[in-house]
Parts: sequence; C-alpha cells; structure tokens
Amino acid sequence: MPNKIANRKAICDVLMDAAKTDRDVVVLCSDSRGSASLAPFFDAYPEQSVEVGIAEQDLVGIAAGLAACGKKAFAASPASFVSTRSYEQAKVDCAYSDTNVTLIGISGGVSYGALGMSHHSAQDLAAMSAIPNMRVYVPSDRFQTAELIRALLKDDKCAYLRVGRNPVEDVYTEDDCPFELNRATWVRGGAEKDVDIAIIACGELVRGAVDAADALAEKGIRASVLDMYCIKPLDAEAVVAAASHAKVVLTAEEAAPQGGLGSQVAQVVGERCPRLLKNLALPDAPVITGTSPEVFAYYGLDAAGIAKSAEELLARA
Amino acid sequence: MTHTELEQLRWDLRRDCVDIIMAGGGGHIGGDMSVIDALLVLYANHLNVSPATVDDPDRDRFILSKGHAMEAYYAVLCQQGFLDLADVKARFSKFGSPYIGHPNNKLPGIEMNSGSLGHGLPVAVGMALAARMDGRAYRTYVFMGDGELAEGSVWEGAMSGGNYALDNLCAVVDRNRLQISGSTEDVMRQDSQEERWAAFGWNVLSVPGNDIAALDDAFDLAAHTKGKPTVIIANTTKGYGSPLMENKAPWHHHLPNQDEYQQIVADFAAHKEGTFRA
Repeated sequence: MPNKIANRKAICDVLMDAAKTDRDVVVLCSDSRGSASLAPFFDAYPEQSVEVGIAEQDLVGIAAGLAACGKKAFAASPASFVSTRSYEQAKVDCAYSDTNVTLIGISGGVSYGALGMSHHSAQDLAAMSAIPNMRVYVPSDRFQTAELIRALLKDDKCAYLRVGRNPVEDVYTEDDCPFELNRATWVRGGAEKDVDIAIIACGELVRGAVDAADALAEKGIRASVLDMYCIKPLDAEAVVAAASHAKVVLTAEEAAPQGGLGSQVAQVVGERCPRLLKNLALPDAPVITGTSPEVFAYYGLDAAGIAKSAEELLARA
Repeated sequence: MTHTELEQLRWDLRRDCVDIIMAGGGGHIGGDMSVIDALLVLYANHLNVSPATVDDPDRDRFILSKGHAMEAYYAVLCQQGFLDLADVKARFSKFGSPYIGHPNNKLPGIEMNSGSLGHGLPVAVGMALAARMDGRAYRTYVFMGDGELAEGSVWEGAMSGGNYALDNLCAVVDRNRLQISGSTEDVMRQDSQEERWAAFGWNVLSVPGNDIAALDDAFDLAAHTKGKPTVIIANTTKGYGSPLMENKAPWHHHLPNQDEYQQIVADFAAHKEGTFRA
C-alpha cells in the first residue's frame, strides 16, 4: 500500500516535537500554514509562530531578524515563491548575514502540475546553490525529511530545503533510514561495489531510480543508486566513489537542466573521474500540464524512463 | 551627552567621515552628511549597547538599512569605541579590508549586513518580535533612506510592524528629498510620507532631522509610545554641513577634490566654532 504521508507533514511532526522543549524553535508562514501542513504547529505553539501574510520578502527578512536574536527560524512558503520573490533576502539576510534560517520550499518542483510555470520551481536548486553560504537539500521521502529537519535543528547555519506537495512512495523505513548530514545515502550498491551504471538522484526521483535499478537488475545490468539529497554541499566523495566503480553515470532530478544536481555532479565527475554522463531533468521550457507522475513519465523521469536512459547510455559506452 | 556636547561632536564626526571617504577614495558623502546627526544622537543617548555588550542578549539592536551611509556609521562606531578610527582610515575599501562600503557584521557592533535597499525593516520586525517572544526589554532601531522607500519590501515590513503593534521598534527615515537621479518627488513621488506610515498603523514623528534637540526628543517620545511602532521622519538636508554639497544630487557619491575637501572641512570647523556664514 503506497504511503499517504507527504514529506511536508513529516516536517511539522519533527518541529512540534522539538518545540516541546525548545522555545527558540519558531515557524513562519506566508498565508501558507495549510499548504505547508504547519497549521498544527501554529495551533499548538502560537507564541512560536509568525504569520506574515502573502509577503515572501517580509517572511525571509523577519525570519533572519528572529534568527539574529537567537531563534531557530523555519520559514515555509511555496518553493516557487520563496526561491524567487525573496531570493535577495535569502542571499543577503540569511546567507550573507549568516543567520540560522531554514527556508522550506513546499510544493516544490512540478507539484502544482496544472497551475502553470508561475507555480513550478524548476530553478530553485540552481538559484539557491549559487548563493555563497547557502545549503540546498531535497529529501526523497518522509523518513529522510524527518532526519534532515532533526539535523538542521542542531546547527546554526542557513539552508534551503525543498519538498513536494503530495505523498511519495517511501524509499526508507521507520527503522532503516541511514542518515548523515551532507553525506549521500547508498540505496542500491555501495562505495566499493563495481556496477555497470551509477544512478545519482534526489528528491521524488530517488524512488523511480531505485525501481529502475531493480528493473535493470532483472536484465542483468548492475546499477548503484545514490540518494544525493544534499545538492549543496554536494557529497563529492560519494560521487567519485559511485563514478569510479561504474562505466557510466546517470543523474536524475526534478529541476531545470542547468545548475542543479546534474551540473554539479558533472563538475565532480569531469574533474576527478571522467565517465560518460547524462543528466535527466525537466526541460528548459514551461513544463507540460499534468500530475507529477504524468509529468515525470512524459519527460522520462519515472522508473521506466530512467531505466531506458540507462540502457541507452550504456550502449554508448 | 548634552546637546552642547553633541553640537560640537557632530562636526568632528563629519570631519572623520569625510576623511574616511578621502582615504578610501569614495563613499556616499551626501547621505552620510544628512543622517550622521541622527546616528550620533541615537548612539550617544539612546541605544543601549557598548563595545562591552555587543553579545549581550538584552542589548538594543540597530540596523543601517541605508547601508551606503557606512562612512557616517564608521565615524560614529569609532567615536563610540567599537572600531579604531586610524585603522578604518588606513584600510577602508582597501584590498582584503573588513571595512567595506556597506555594513559588515563581522565587525564588532554591527548586527546585520546590508547594502541592498529595503531589507532592514523586515529584519528589524523579526528582532522586535524576538524581544517580545523572549520577554526582553531591548529596543530595535532601523535607519532607512527616503529613496529606499520605493522598495516594496519596506512596506511589507511596515505592514507587519503595524499589524503586530511593535512598540519596541523605531524606524528612522532620512528624508533628505534627494536620490541619485534627483528629487525624490521627481523620481517617484513620496509625499506625504507621514500619511503613508500612519495608514500602516505607525506612530509618526516628523522632525527637523539635523536638529540635535529635536532628534533627542523624538527618540524619547518613540520609547514612551505604547501600542504601535514609531517612525521618525527626519527631515534632513543632503550634504548638510557645507553649501558646496548641500541639496546637490551629484554629491550622492561625489569624491571631493583637494580644493573641495579644504572648503568642506573649513565649513565644518566654522560650524563648530559658531562662526559659519553661508
């Protein structure tokens, strides 16, 4: 039975748990507490909640001011808006001033499938990665999302975190979710294991990458899968380990083709262990209308598409 | 400090400010001269922070949102003992220097980086909200330029400051009526600033902005106003202190030549001695 819990819900659960004992945990929303699944936090901890209305620049600036005074600020707003409308606040007030703000981009990527390009956030990974001192994370499922929030609660640097709107099939389990901050997770294969192809994916495409790897295995093709939830700082050692034990490298992300996971992996592979490499991503164009699964399938970002690209890439090696 | 002391000191600080600009080979001299009196009065008589308390959670917070007035801020921070004037003059804008043309919060006493306009007020709202959440009595001050008020984010901050009735927050607008392209009213009409802020739920004090006593009174009034944030519209003269640069838009960031420098510092000295004649 597919999981019915969205990653955003996991965020609220962890923050509510932390707020029980930590008065400095503060959540901010821009008329987005419902979309962010953070309404329970606002209800339970009104003194640790800040509503700013539909004003993303204010959202991020206020979060930075709170953080500069010792708060652990978590500001949630649709990824499409918080990564663009308040980009300069992310750059100056969070990253440059070095404040403890976690920007939570909800309904990220193409989650708002039918609402058009205004509501898609294909650009966020590249845009946020280009800001010095900003970290960028795209967790793959609810368990990893919870681990990531727990880790971010423990440090005092800023970060951008993107999650999708809808429940996604689990990659991990409650009891088996290996996690180390800024270290990618091997979901298939491992650092020392020779394979035919290394698949490096993030976010909602990790599940598809795993299913693709299993499908390839049935055809006798060995694939490793690396869950690179940390886009920045990229786990370069894991990339090198994956690439150096594979003939080719395939990346998969729900993002623009420029500047995101694929580009950053390519920089590492090109410099340290050159391999034939292909980057699966959304197109450099407004995305076709549809649900996330429909859009992924159309652009070859689902399990079948990833497996097909893997075979094509291996054929060229 | 007494008003008599501040009346003298403000000319010394203008001289320091211009010397910093000359040493670094550039700066925003016009806005420095208009805002420096408000900076001095705030730091000398109202802002509860000292070099010994820069990390005290109960210290008052200050943000220079019009960050390009940094040379004036350097002069005040040096006079207040946060920074060393000789060091600032020696290294301002030089290769590898921490003394850059906008606030750098790696320096003692500077809370937040700025430079991009329209950022300070929302950040100040966050600081004021944090004080309320923690039950701390500190106040938060933010200085903006009037040209800066064209930024929409200023009004998002104004909206939230009013909405949350942050009476521990005080904004100052350096209303010198000039910006880099000319008159603020020609570039993008702003009058009446007073009505605009009042409509957002703020207590509005409109005062002569290069008048030490008026500024001192305004900060007192702001601190005693309950139930709403206060904005002080400081009606200033851009380039105040020397007719050479007063009310002249090109002096927004003009670097004086040596003749101009000599005239400017002579005018400051005459002001200080009470012998200035326009």
